[in-house]
Formats: sequence, C-alpha cells, structure tokens
Amino acid sequence: MSVLIVVDTKNGEVKKSSLEAAQYGAKVAASIGGEAVALSLNASNAEVLGTVGVNKVLNVTDSSVSASDPQKVVAAIVAAANQVGAKVVVFAHDSTGKAVAPRLSAKSGAGLVTNVTSLPDTASGFVVSKNVFSGKAHAHVNILSDEKIVSILPNAFGLAAGEGSASVEDFAVDVSGISSGITVKAVKGGNSDVVPLPEAELVVSAGRGLKGPENWGMVEEMAGILGATTACSRPVADIGWRPHHEHVGQTGVAIRPNLYIAIGISGAIQHLAGVNGSKVIVVINKDPEAPFFKAADYGVVGDAFEVVPRLNEALRKFKAANG
Amino acid sequence: MKILVPISKVPDTTSKIAFTDGDSKFNEEGIQWIVNPYDEWYALVRALELVEAGGGTVTVINVGDATSDPVIRKALALGAHEAVRVDVNPADSYVIAKEISAYAADKGFDMVLLGKETISYNGSEVGGMLAEFMNLPYISLASKLEVNGDTATLDRTTEGGVEVVEVKLPLVASANKGMAEQRIPNMRGIMAARSKPLTVVAASGGAEAKTSYVKYGLPAPKSAVKLVDPENMDELVNLLHTEAKSI
Ligand SMILES: Cc1cc2nc3c(=O)[nH]c(=O)nc-3n(C[C@H](O)[C@H](O)[C@H](O)COP(=O)(O)OP(=O)(O)OC[C@H]3O[C@@H](n4cnc5c(N)ncnc54)[C@H](O)[C@@H]3O)c2cc1C
Ligand SMILES: Nc1ncnc2c1ncn2[C@@H]1O[C@H](COP(=O)(O)O)[C@@H](O)[C@H]1O
Repeated sequence: MSVLIVVDTKNGEVKKSSLEAAQYGAKVAASIGGEAVALSLNASNAEVLGTVGVNKVLNVTDSSVSASDPQKVVAAIVAAANQVGAKVVVFAHDSTGKAVAPRLSAKSGAGLVTNVTSLPDTASGFVVSKNVFSGKAHAHVNILSDEKIVSILPNAFGLAAGEGSASVEDFAVDVSGISSGITVKAVKGGNSDVVPLPEAELVVSAGRGLKGPENWGMVEEMAGILGATTACSRPVADIGWRPHHEHVGQTGVAIRPNLYIAIGISGAIQHLAGVNGSKVIVVINKDPEAPFFKAADYGVVGDAFEVVPRLNEALRKFKAANG
Repeated sequence: MKILVPISKVPDTTSKIAFTDGDSKFNEEGIQWIVNPYDEWYALVRALELVEAGGGTVTVINVGDATSDPVIRKALALGAHEAVRVDVNPADSYVIAKEISAYAADKGFDMVLLGKETISYNGSEVGGMLAEFMNLPYISLASKLEVNGDTATLDRTTEGGVEVVEVKLPLVASANKGMAEQRIPNMRGIMAARSKPLTVVAASGGAEAKTSYVKYGLPAPKSAVKLVDPENMDELVNLLHTEAKSI
C-alpha cells in the first residue's frame, strides 16, 4: 500500500508547492506503513524529492503530459497508481492540483478533499482538516471511499528538507489515444524571479490608502529589499492601479505567508478572509480604529507616506548588517 | 450557442460564521444567501455577453433544495434565459458534478462555464469532475474567454502568469477574476425573472457522496496587536527579526 504524490515542475524544476506535497505524502506513507512514490512531470531535478522523504520517483519524460492538458496527466497518474498499488494520491492545491485532482476523482471514484491543512487521522476513517469559508473556519472531512485523494494548501506545512535520497526512473506512459484538443498558444509572465503570491513567504500589500498607482514605488521598494511579493486590496485592482492577479482576499488570491505587511488597507472582512492565515501580520494605517488592527500582530498608527520610507530605511540597514 | 452555468448558493461575504449541533453543522440562522461571486460576476456575465454577441441561450443550474430558489431568480434577473434546479442535497462536489452531468448529458450544451470555487467550501472541485463525467476538456481558472466559430481561446491562470490555450467546443471552463465585469440587475430584469422557467428535476439516483463533513471549528482568537512608535521603525524591524522571526 503506497502513497503517490503528483509533482509538477516550473522551468523543469520541482515546484515548491509540490515539494511540500511530497513531504506530506512521505509522512502519510510512514504513518500507514507504505512507500512514498512521486510521479513527476518532466523534472530535471527529481532527486530533490528524496530530501523530503520520497523513496522512489517515476519521472514522466513527455512534455505533452502537463497540467495544460489534465486528461493526459490523469492517464499517467492512473498508470502509475496501478503500478505501485497506491491507495492515497497527494496533490498541491495549486493551479495544477485544481486542474487535475477533481478529474482524477471523477475518473477513479476516489473521494477528494482540497485545501487540506492536516495529516490524516486514521483512528476512525481517514479524516483531514481543510479550510472553509475562505479561512474563516475549518472542517474535518472523512473520505469514505477506499482510495483517497488529498490536495494540500500551499504554505500550510513548511518545509524541512533532510538528507534522504530517492531512486529516479523514467516513466513511460502512452497518451497517444487521448485527444482533448487543447493546444497551448502562448505563455505570458510567470518566468520572473518574483515568487508567485500563493507560494510567497513574504508579502507586502497596499490598499486605497495609497491614493494612486504613482505611489506604489515605496511598496515595490520594500518588496525589493525583503525579496517579497507585492499584493493589493480588491478596489485597487478593480480601478486598475494594480494588476488583477495581485488582488488578495475572499474573492482574490488566498495567501498564508510567514509575514504579511498591509499598508493603507482598512481590513474589511472580505480582505481578512484571504490573508488571516498569515503567520505574522503588520498593519500600517493612519486610522487607529481601522478594523485591520484587530487582526494584526504588529501595528503602526501613522501616515504611510512617512512611515513606509522610514521602514524601508530601517530594513535596508538591517539587511546590510545581516546579509 | 447553448451555455450551461452551474451556480451555487453561499453565505453573504459579511456573514458571521458559526456552527451548531456540536459543531457538526453550519449555523444558517440569520444568513443572507447570495449567488457565489465567481459564478455570478464572471461565469454568468461572460456567458450572457457571448450570447448577446452571437445568439443562443444561457441556462443556469443549481443542485440543492428549494432554499436555492431566490438566488436562482437573481441569476434569471441578471439575464439567464432559463433555470434548472436538481432537487438533491448537495452533499459533496462529487454528487453535485454527477447530478449536473446527468442533467446535461443529452442537452447538447456547447459550453459549461462555472466559478473557480465556492467561497463557502473553497473546493475548486466541481468543474474538473464535471468535465471528466462529460468527457470534455477542462480549462481551469480562466481569466479570459473568447469564442470564434467552434474554437475557444482562453487564458488559464498559473502561478504568477497565464497560459493562452485554444480548444474546440464543447468544453468546461472555470471562471477566475478578470473574465467579465460584475453587473447589477435592473428592475426590468427582476420583473422578467418572475416569468422565466425554473424547472425542478429529480435526482438521477446515481450519485453517492465520497466525503463527509464530520466537524467544524473556528480559528484560535488572535492576541492583541503590539503597537510600534511610527517614529521608530528600527524597533519594528527588530521585533520582526528577534520576536516574530519572520525576517
Ligand atoms: C462580495 C465582496 C467580496 C469582496 N472581496 C474582497 C477581496 O477579496 N479582497 C479585498 O481586499 N476586498 C474585497 N472586498 C471589498 C472590501 O469590502 C473592501 O471594500 C476593501 O477591502 C477595501 O479596500 P481598502 O482597504 O484598500 O480601501 P479602504 O476601505 O478605502 O481603506 C483605505 C484605508 O487606508 C487608510 N489610509 C488612508 N490614507 C492613509 C495614509 N496616508 N496612510 C496610512 N493609511 C491610510 C484608511 O484609514 C483606510 O483604513 C469585497 C467586497 C464584497 C462586497
Ligand atoms: N450546489 C451546486 N449547484 C450548482 N453548481 C455548483 C454547486 N456547487 C458548486 N457549483 C459550481 O461549481 C463551482 C466550483 O465549486 P466548488 O468545487 O465547490 O468550489 C462553483 O463556482 C459553481 O459554479
């Protein structure tokens, strides 16, 4: 009885969210006394999966098997799961997991839980925690089918890489009979050095308090000093001050970084819903009554146009001293 | 073009989330129900734009009991032509997808356009399952959708970027922010919605839940905020480094 982890790549390298999923899968395998096998999609560095406890990697080396065409990935997973006798399949709940895991569930009849935040409790069934109501609550969900699929919330577990190593073998799968007819015409963005929001550990975010898009220089400067990813509140994206993909919250991207710095954002309930999983929240707002202070760990009551340049200076000094 | 838009009923975004019956059930008391924002603002509006431009019909479908009817009427008020409700407890995504596919099987829809996720259960599950049950291609998290003849071009959101894909109809796609602009229903739409058909169909009988929600909980309350002097940002940096250990 083994656990199969579906591992996707970006520019040939294992995605961070997949590495987290692999670490999770290895723990599940250890708890049920099975082997942790990863199915990686065209990975150039598949051996890294050994450092999080994976025993064996089956690496698909056919670039047509990618998340762009979920049916082909599902075919590869079914073949691999049959070969290794997998009872549990683990995904990261990223764009790949969202495209592929539900399809696999419908095809195989295995129950699926997404957004998972805990290891399974197998005392009575197979019960995992997941976030619901955009992080305002959590639920314990039992998977009733014999075979189970879980897709885990990025950044919910943290990575602790060790010394282990995994054997890597090529995995051939025949997808010639599958014609979903999807063709990729172009890929835009996504190749910069900036960590995408759902995976980012440090996020600097700003809202309508900044008055206009021309004032974002100091926000980007802070992100640059910290190596953080920038985000914004919904109205800021809606009026076009910032791109839509930066919008965080209940109807935007849900994030859970180690550090979330919110500048000139009031902290409306819909905003909080997407960011309250952050480990540490810093709020900079000139209004001491701003609701965001109730959800913050550290607060600065002050004018962003004075506080942010000062904070940037302090951060720069800190970085110079601490490397 | 015939487009099917699955819509779900979710608590208003300002709802206070609480549970009853030993934390085993969502407390619906005093809850205002709305159409899930992704379904209404993006999937439904884009579907309406497509048929406004090229002709056709938009059918909305909901899996649930009669308490869904007001939000279904809202979708009709926005301009959907007809509505269907499958009278089944939407126990989990598997059941919902199975019931929608059972209904859609012989109707010849060119496209199924749904939301990227519900803001209640945050599953992102129904679309992919439905595509598999219907044996159709699935484009998830689409922030743009254009149709030209029998071919659709979509922007699929990935981490930090988009992938432009082309695919022949019919297809299933889930709508992300950016696909359309929210519309507000007007009086005429609200009046017209009253006479539009809302057909209630019985369960297909073939769907069984694969998961069961056993218990709910709320996050631990946050401790009080620590205020830092706005003149002293070195202090904040120091706290973030030594106390919070986040930089
Ligand atoms: C169905 C629904 C879904 C929604 N989903 C989301 C979502 O996903 N994400 C989201 O963000 N919002 C969402 N909203 C909108 C949300 O309700 C708020 O309107 C929004 O978050 C407010 O954005 P803001 O904080 O940037 O602006 P405002 O509420 O205008 O707040 C600006 C803040 O800046 C402060 N400020 C002003 N000047 C300065 C200064 N010089 N220095 C420091 N501080 C200053 C003010 O004190 C104020 O607190 C949703 C709303 C609805 C109805
Ligand atoms: N009960 C339901 N009836 C009809 N459509 C639904 C229902 N629940 C979810 N959906 C659709 O499926 C999408 C994804 O839902 P979910 O997988 O639950 O996150 C939603 O945005 C809706 O478009």
